Amino acid sequence: MEKEQRPHIVRYQTYVYVLIALLLMTFTSVAVTHINLGPYTVSTALILAAIKSTLVLLIFMHLKFDKKFYGYMVASVFLLFFCVITITFLDYLYR
Amino acid sequence: MNNHVHIDEHRDDEGAKTGMWIFIFTEILLFGGLFIVYSVYRYLNPLAFHLAAHELSTFIGTLNTVILLVSSMTIAMSITAIQYKNKKLTLILMGITLLLAFIFLVNKYFEWSGKISHGIYPGSEILQEASRGEILFFGLYYAMTGLHALHIIIGMAFIGYVMRMVAKNEVRHDNFILLENSGLYWHLVDLIWIFLFPLFYLIT
Amino acid sequence: MSDTVQQHNQKSYLEYQGRFKGLFAWIFSTDHKRIGLLYLYSMLVLFSVAAIIGLLMKIELIAPGKTIMDAQTYNSFFTLHGITMIFLIVVPGLPAVFGNFFLPIMIGAKDVAFPKLNLLSWWIYILGALIALSAQFLGDGPPDTGWTFYAPYSFRTGTNMLPAVTGAFILGFSSIATGLNFIVTIHRMRAPGMSWMKMPLFPWALYGTAWIQVLATPIVGVTLLMIVLERTMQIGFFDPALGGDPILYQHLFWIYSHPAVYIMILPAMGVISEIIPTFARKTIFGYKAIVVSTLAIAFVGYFVWGHHMFTSGMSGTALYTFSILTFFVAIPSAIKIFNWVATLHKASIDIQTPFLWALCFLFVFMIGGLSGMVLGALSANVHLHDTAFVVAHFHFIVFGGTGFAFFGALHYWFPKMFGRMYDKGWANIGLAVFFTGFNTLYLPMFYLGMIGMPRRYYDYVEEFHGPNIVSSFGAMLMIAGLIIIITNLVRSARKGEKAVADPWLGKTLEWTISSPPSLENFEEIPLVTKAPYNYE
Repeated sequence: MEKEQRPHIVRYQTYVYVLIALLLMTFTSVAVTHINLGPYTVSTALILAAIKSTLVLLIFMHLKFDKKFYGYMVASVFLLFFCVITITFLDYLYR
Repeated sequence: MNNHVHIDEHRDDEGAKTGMWIFIFTEILLFGGLFIVYSVYRYLNPLAFHLAAHELSTFIGTLNTVILLVSSMTIAMSITAIQYKNKKLTLILMGITLLLAFIFLVNKYFEWSGKISHGIYPGSEILQEASRGEILFFGLYYAMTGLHALHIIIGMAFIGYVMRMVAKNEVRHDNFILLENSGLYWHLVDLIWIFLFPLFYLIT
Repeated sequence: MSDTVQQHNQKSYLEYQGRFKGLFAWIFSTDHKRIGLLYLYSMLVLFSVAAIIGLLMKIELIAPGKTIMDAQTYNSFFTLHGITMIFLIVVPGLPAVFGNFFLPIMIGAKDVAFPKLNLLSWWIYILGALIALSAQFLGDGPPDTGWTFYAPYSFRTGTNMLPAVTGAFILGFSSIATGLNFIVTIHRMRAPGMSWMKMPLFPWALYGTAWIQVLATPIVGVTLLMIVLERTMQIGFFDPALGGDPILYQHLFWIYSHPAVYIMILPAMGVISEIIPTFARKTIFGYKAIVVSTLAIAFVGYFVWGHHMFTSGMSGTALYTFSILTFFVAIPSAIKIFNWVATLHKASIDIQTPFLWALCFLFVFMIGGLSGMVLGALSANVHLHDTAFVVAHFHFIVFGGTGFAFFGALHYWFPKMFGRMYDKGWANIGLAVFFTGFNTLYLPMFYLGMIGMPRRYYDYVEEFHGPNIVSSFGAMLMIAGLIIIITNLVRSARKGEKAVADPWLGKTLEWTISSPPSLENFEEIPLVTKAPYNYE
């Protein structure tokens, strides 16, 4: 039962940079909605959301600096959810 | 509670963090169920969803997104602050997080009451007349943003509680797992919104 | 494994007096052992209620037409029977009772990672149970949808659905809290030297189970919430009139409820993996294969839910995908059966009551599992869906599987938990009566299903009468067996002969401490050097 003092301190600056990136992507996704991309509108919005989420997970939620198994767990959970939603769509796509 | 001395080495920050992450997984799956419902009905009613989304204000949605992103930054920064033993800054940053959360809720209140005053809410007469897709869109809108708002309130309570602990020096530079965990919860709330935002506001 | 035996100068956990006295010393206790017993006693009461409901149903079914109740009552009975048995007994079952009691001990810890959360789990369980059961007595009549709450009937029925659905929702939190606690406990609190691959198989089973509890339960939670929204606000998610799809309800419901059956069976398999090596006096055959198959079942089990929905109207692609995956998920279970039987090969077996339960488990679990394969085949399923065949299948695999393992665990760990031995003669008689009754009750249902008797039907045609008589008689015999078993255990808990620390010559850590254990289990956390079940 070690008392793990997290030695790593994230600089304020890092958080600010991440916020700027997040805001830029937010404004980009808003701008993109005005362009009609047809079937790709959803995917573009979701891809940008995924990138934003990755930044939040890695930096804000500290996964980049924590033990690897946290990252594996998080990735596995998202993978599981993705599999479940895909299999559900095997019904709706092919009815 | 049992009164036997629960050993002092029972402090396990790593365990506490693991526990918090597992809890976050349950929340991801909880909202996940609603995302499944959204995906299916969006797939089945693309045009109706597209039209219904016009009724929402992209401006308020974007504003709320910005608010939540900034609040995520401030709570993350509060952890740096406490590690630098800067108690005052820690409390300020946490306070700003709470303030931003509150503004988010105020915006949400105006959004919802606007819709409700126009007769758009589950079970309303106007909605009964609308297309199937529109009924589902608004059902999902209220259910998902409502559940999300509930989590914002819970997050605010959690952060408020931790602020008190910081003020009382029970959360300190050498014992801040509680602050970390409240931060993780807050980021989760932000993550959910990062997906809700494009799915409801940007499909016009 | 450390061989030191606990000193006997410490008070047992049963006698320990802390801040509270009497009943409060139990219901406010954060001691994992007391919490395990709180669950056990609660379940004893709830199981008895649900079993009696089942018996009454069988009495109704002993003849066509009305026998002792009307159709509406029958519908509410099978609903209550299902809700209680599933959400209050078999899902929490083994983890809440034996997981709580033995997980920390078997990994060499003094308690779980979050003892207060553990107590909260039990309180939430009781709250959920009370709210769900209140549906029986308040409002416009007890729920009649079946435990599956299928839309659209579940939001159209005038019966008292909200407390039932809300109760089930609350119970989900209890399950999640237990799962979270166990995962962190296993990750963080194993004794020095106990690497993952030196951990006994019951903790491994609990680990796989805990992940399912944590990742699957929220989905049924949010689905039940949607039913509440449907009933109170006409939100439309599952109402065709408002654009919703009832099949989507089924998808969401079974996305949890299929993994839920693995919550039920994985710990059961873990118990069998403990009992067999002990009484075979031989190390388990294929430890690694059992670990891998445990995790495989937990994982693949997420992707087969559609086999509950073959006749619902899903696409052809969904149908055959789910069928193939269902066959895949059977493979790791079969591997375990081979390993258990292989362990018995050339073993010097000590035939005691827990071992007999394990043998009976193998028999009924195989029948349950194989009948599952029949149902997993699309062409057969068309004829058998919603017939008595399905009822037979799940009773064999859930009652036979989880239930038998539960009784096996109870007889295996009884001396450790209560410090006393039960009467072995009566235990075996009880088992014999129960086993005979069980098979008499459920085997005819396979036949009845094949010749077309629907499930959840209060009435039936004359040609189904004969097997139904046999089945109903089996129910009475089985209940008699249960009464013998439970009476024996209850009496022995107070008056049985005192038990030694290791009555079965077991090789896992729980047998190195006193019977019953002291409050903190171990005076000193053991240092683990050997793999479990090291009989050679």
